Amino acid sequence: MKCSSAKRRRLTDLAVRLFAQVASLLALGALVWILFEVLRRGGSALSLSLLTKGPTPPGVPGGGFGNAVLGSLLMTFLATVIGVPLGLLAGIYLAEYGGGSKLADLIRLGANILMGVPSIIVGVFVYAVLVVPMGHFTGYAGAISLAIIMFPVIARSSGDILALVPASLREAALALGVPRWRVTLGIVFRAAKSGLITACLLAVARISGETAPLLFTALNSPYWPTTLNGPTANLTVTIFNYAMSPYEDWKNQAWAASLLIMLGVLVLAKGTRFLLARRRD
Amino acid sequence: MTFDTASTSMRSKVRTPSRAIRAGRAFACFDRPFHWLALSAAMSLLGLLIAIGIALVWRSELSLRTFGLRFLVQSVWDPVRHQFSALTSLYGTIVSSVIGLALAVPLSLAIGFYLAELAPPPLASFFGTAVELLGAIPSIIYGMWGLFVLAPIMADQIQPAIQSVLGSLPLFQGPPMGIGLFTAGVILALMVIPFVSSVAREIFTMVPAVMKESGYGIGATKWEVVRGVTLRYGLSGIVGACLLGLARALGETMAVTFVIGNRHAISLSLFEPGNSISSTLANEFTEASEPLYLSSLIELGLVLFVLTLAIQTISQLWLRRVERSMGGVR
Repeated sequence: MKCSSAKRRRLTDLAVRLFAQVASLLALGALVWILFEVLRRGGSALSLSLLTKGPTPPGVPGGGFGNAVLGSLLMTFLATVIGVPLGLLAGIYLAEYGGGSKLADLIRLGANILMGVPSIIVGVFVYAVLVVPMGHFTGYAGAISLAIIMFPVIARSSGDILALVPASLREAALALGVPRWRVTLGIVFRAAKSGLITACLLAVARISGETAPLLFTALNSPYWPTTLNGPTANLTVTIFNYAMSPYEDWKNQAWAASLLIMLGVLVLAKGTRFLLARRRD
Repeated sequence: MTFDTASTSMRSKVRTPSRAIRAGRAFACFDRPFHWLALSAAMSLLGLLIAIGIALVWRSELSLRTFGLRFLVQSVWDPVRHQFSALTSLYGTIVSSVIGLALAVPLSLAIGFYLAELAPPPLASFFGTAVELLGAIPSIIYGMWGLFVLAPIMADQIQPAIQSVLGSLPLFQGPPMGIGLFTAGVILALMVIPFVSSVAREIFTMVPAVMKESGYGIGATKWEVVRGVTLRYGLSGIVGACLLGLARALGETMAVTFVIGNRHAISLSLFEPGNSISSTLANEFTEASEPLYLSSLIELGLVLFVLTLAIQTISQLWLRRVERSMGGVR
């Protein structure tokens, strides 16, 4: 009796351990499977001419999505230019001025909630406040909705990173009579540089794969972007449109664009961390 | 701020400061504007949240006034006859998210358990990175993979297999098409696993070693310690993690839009195509030419916003309390 109960306990334990290992392998398997399919299907479709040509009319073979690559780069750049300074300023407030105050706590909560707002809602919001008054879809609206997604991400991560800088550094500088803002920008920022760069790049990685907020702000366009003040071609919405199209050629192009996006995002998200870690060694 | 007053009062007494310091002091007048700038950037985080709510209400006013509360309980969506309501989309949103969570939570807990307790450190960091990467893949890639890779396999193998065992249940009726609520749920599970499992891992490691050791000390197996000590100790944290995962699944757009089928209908079967709030928005927003149509779509967005806002707020406050009580630092 006693012996069989001990056996059962051991078996249950074994089963749970096995389940835990299988679950981990399952997650790894899903990752490898997704990466493999994107590499295989995208790799066979990707070519230089896809990146240098604009799209052809539906059904006509050839053409590419060079205009979408350029449009995505432009909008991501503009979003970064808006989102990073704003996010860093908010992070400075949280780490340097707010500290543990009630207001700073409330702002942290707000930032966390804002991060959890579905990105498509950000798109609807920007549509309501920018696209409707302007009367047409614009790349600026697309960039702004991306910046709104970046903003809380950078605010929270930079706030946490700045708070890790030892107070003695600040005190030493303040004791020399350096004004507070120069202590922040010249000393605290320098001490936290690599962390801040990583945080910003992670945020850029996050927005460069976003589709939903662009659907009704930047829309998409078959033309090369000459200005952002009009519908602007971008990679992610191009993937969506091409994947849903009936043309085999366009579906292949969607895979090639997916490969491009995936490489971009993974390199930004992982590569920088690797680089920074190596430099520190 | 006390430092500033100290430094200004010192200024007259120190006679020969170094050049760098003199240059620094010369700009002390920027201190206050800089403080205000940082504060207003931080406040605009809260401002944005409020502005989103106001803008959604403002732009959906027409639909709010036309349909009133009917919008939430009816299931018609007929652009031709100008009749709109949220129930079909809401149903699809909630059902696909619940399927996603039901699949993701046990797996995530198991992964968290493996990473925190079982795996040797090199393997744990390898699997940890893999799970992290799974979370970094953009949603549109999940959509492509779901539509072109997973859906055919679902249609040919997995769904017929489920039907041959559980085919008599109303949940699994209908032709196995590969797209529909069930496939959307499976994709959502993959997307939520990285979030829930990383929080679970953190919570597992936050349990004091003494408590676990006392379990082992009386001869408990690893599973018994997890069930009796770790899970019980970390239960509230895990509940918070699941709520966060739920909020994320509810608002997920592109991946779901690719595979949910986009049909305005409520059916009990999980294999039937349906739609979610976000997929309706993604598909129909740019086609909506009528003011009432557009306003109804924005009201759908408002419903989703309120839903995620409520769940986010509850889970954030909940997790905060848990952290405080467990003494963990994040």
